[in-house]
Amino acid sequence: MSQAVLTEVGALARRALLKTLRQPFQVFPIVFFPAILLAVNASGLKAATRLPGFPTHSYVSFAIAVAFIQGAMFSMINTGTNLAEDIESGFFNRLALTPLRRVPLIGGLLVGVAAMGALQSAFYVALGLAAGANLEAGLGGAFVIVALGALAALGFGALGCVAALRTGSGEAVQGLFPLFFVFIFLSSSNLPRELLRTGWFHTVATWNPISYLIEGFRSLFISGWDATALGRGFAVAAGLSAVALLGVAGALRTRLQRT
Amino acid sequence: MTRIRARRGRGSMWRVARAIAWRNLHTYVRRPDLFVPSLVFPLVFFASFAGGLSALGSIPGFRFPAGYTAFQFVFVLCQSAMFSGLFTGFSLAFDFEGGFARRLMLAAEDRRGIALGYALVALSRACITLTLLTAVALVAGMNVTGNGVDLFGLYGLAVLLVLVGYAWAAGVAFRFRSIQAGPLMQTPVFLILFLAPVYVPLSLLQGWIHTVASANPATAFLEAGRGLISGVHDHTALAYACAAGLIALFALWLLSGLRNAEASP
Repeated sequence: MSQAVLTEVGALARRALLKTLRQPFQVFPIVFFPAILLAVNASGLKAATRLPGFPTHSYVSFAIAVAFIQGAMFSMINTGTNLAEDIESGFFNRLALTPLRRVPLIGGLLVGVAAMGALQSAFYVALGLAAGANLEAGLGGAFVIVALGALAALGFGALGCVAALRTGSGEAVQGLFPLFFVFIFLSSSNLPRELLRTGWFHTVATWNPISYLIEGFRSLFISGWDATALGRGFAVAAGLSAVALLGVAGALRTRLQRT
Repeated sequence: MTRIRARRGRGSMWRVARAIAWRNLHTYVRRPDLFVPSLVFPLVFFASFAGGLSALGSIPGFRFPAGYTAFQFVFVLCQSAMFSGLFTGFSLAFDFEGGFARRLMLAAEDRRGIALGYALVALSRACITLTLLTAVALVAGMNVTGNGVDLFGLYGLAVLLVLVGYAWAAGVAFRFRSIQAGPLMQTPVFLILFLAPVYVPLSLLQGWIHTVASANPATAFLEAGRGLISGVHDHTALAYACAAGLIALFALWLLSGLRNAEASP
């Protein structure tokens, strides 16, 4: 990649990161909702640790994994909304008219999203530890969590970009959030898959890729270094990113043709 | 003379209320973007909690005669009832943003009819949602061990909760007249509901959440609802009293919000 492309990506990544950090209504949900849900679920579901076969005595260690997925989903909404705003205000069209290459046009935004995902993940690790979670994998595990969080944020952020490029509407992007939240609900977010006793729910959670992403984060807190769980978690995050980036490429082509 | 004037006033209030209720319900059922999520989300919550957490029913000390599905059904019923009220507050805020509610304020003979009309909308929306939720729960094999009177009491409580949610959200909507106030409507209700014994009975909660849940009115709603569905009454009178008290309090909040909207330039 040439120096010019890197400079362009860097400038747009910085803009994307600052745009999120400077808007309290975008930062607030990232910090507040996962924290409050962790507090409520960790206390309300603490009794679940008394179930035979539950993998840990600390429900906080079990539940903190969900915060990373929620954070990644907020990345999707923030990225999509910011891009849709740029499209609605005409900024995106003006950018497209400059000599800027196609890759940095969205690539810069996505690098910013990945950086924001890494920041969020570091925050959730600190939040979990402050709430009493035990990070079995140690300091090395924290770095892996940050890397997985950045990759997941990149994948979800790219999905937000696809929605923004296809619809050009911030409202449509916001509408995606509840849809993706359903994936968290119908996964192994609250109990391990082995303890999901309702047949159809167990099947849905087993087919739901979000279960494996959650289990990837969770394994580092509960079991230490579990290659299978981590491999599946990274595979889901990388697969999601690859599919979403293909979607971005197609949507960008269509959007620029229209422009 | 005064009596005739009062009767006319009541008549115009109902006329305004009926017109608003008809218009909003018409919009609601014709717009899938409003209609579908309001039906799908309670079902997702129900599926996720009753299906995904059914193992919690076998925790030592968990005793509920009607089973875990019925235990969670009551939570989702209460939540859906309150959120039907909240979402109607959203509609009111949207109508203010679009200018429709301001035109209504100019045209209505009795502006209390506006508040009443949206309350009717909330109750009608809740009726559709709760009917579907109940049907799905019964198809999913929910046990109901309470009798007909108990169930009447359960749905009566749900109606009161619709009004609690609506009066709170409408008070916010009248004051802020913008959908930007949405989180202010939603977050306190969400917090109050989830700081109650959602997943397990109060006796199995430990630490700070037990203390908070013990003082939370939503705990009384859930315990009463669960008592009514299982036929083992628990805090029913307290729940009704709390709901009535909250309606009275939020009705004042709503009416002062209406005055605030009337006074705004």
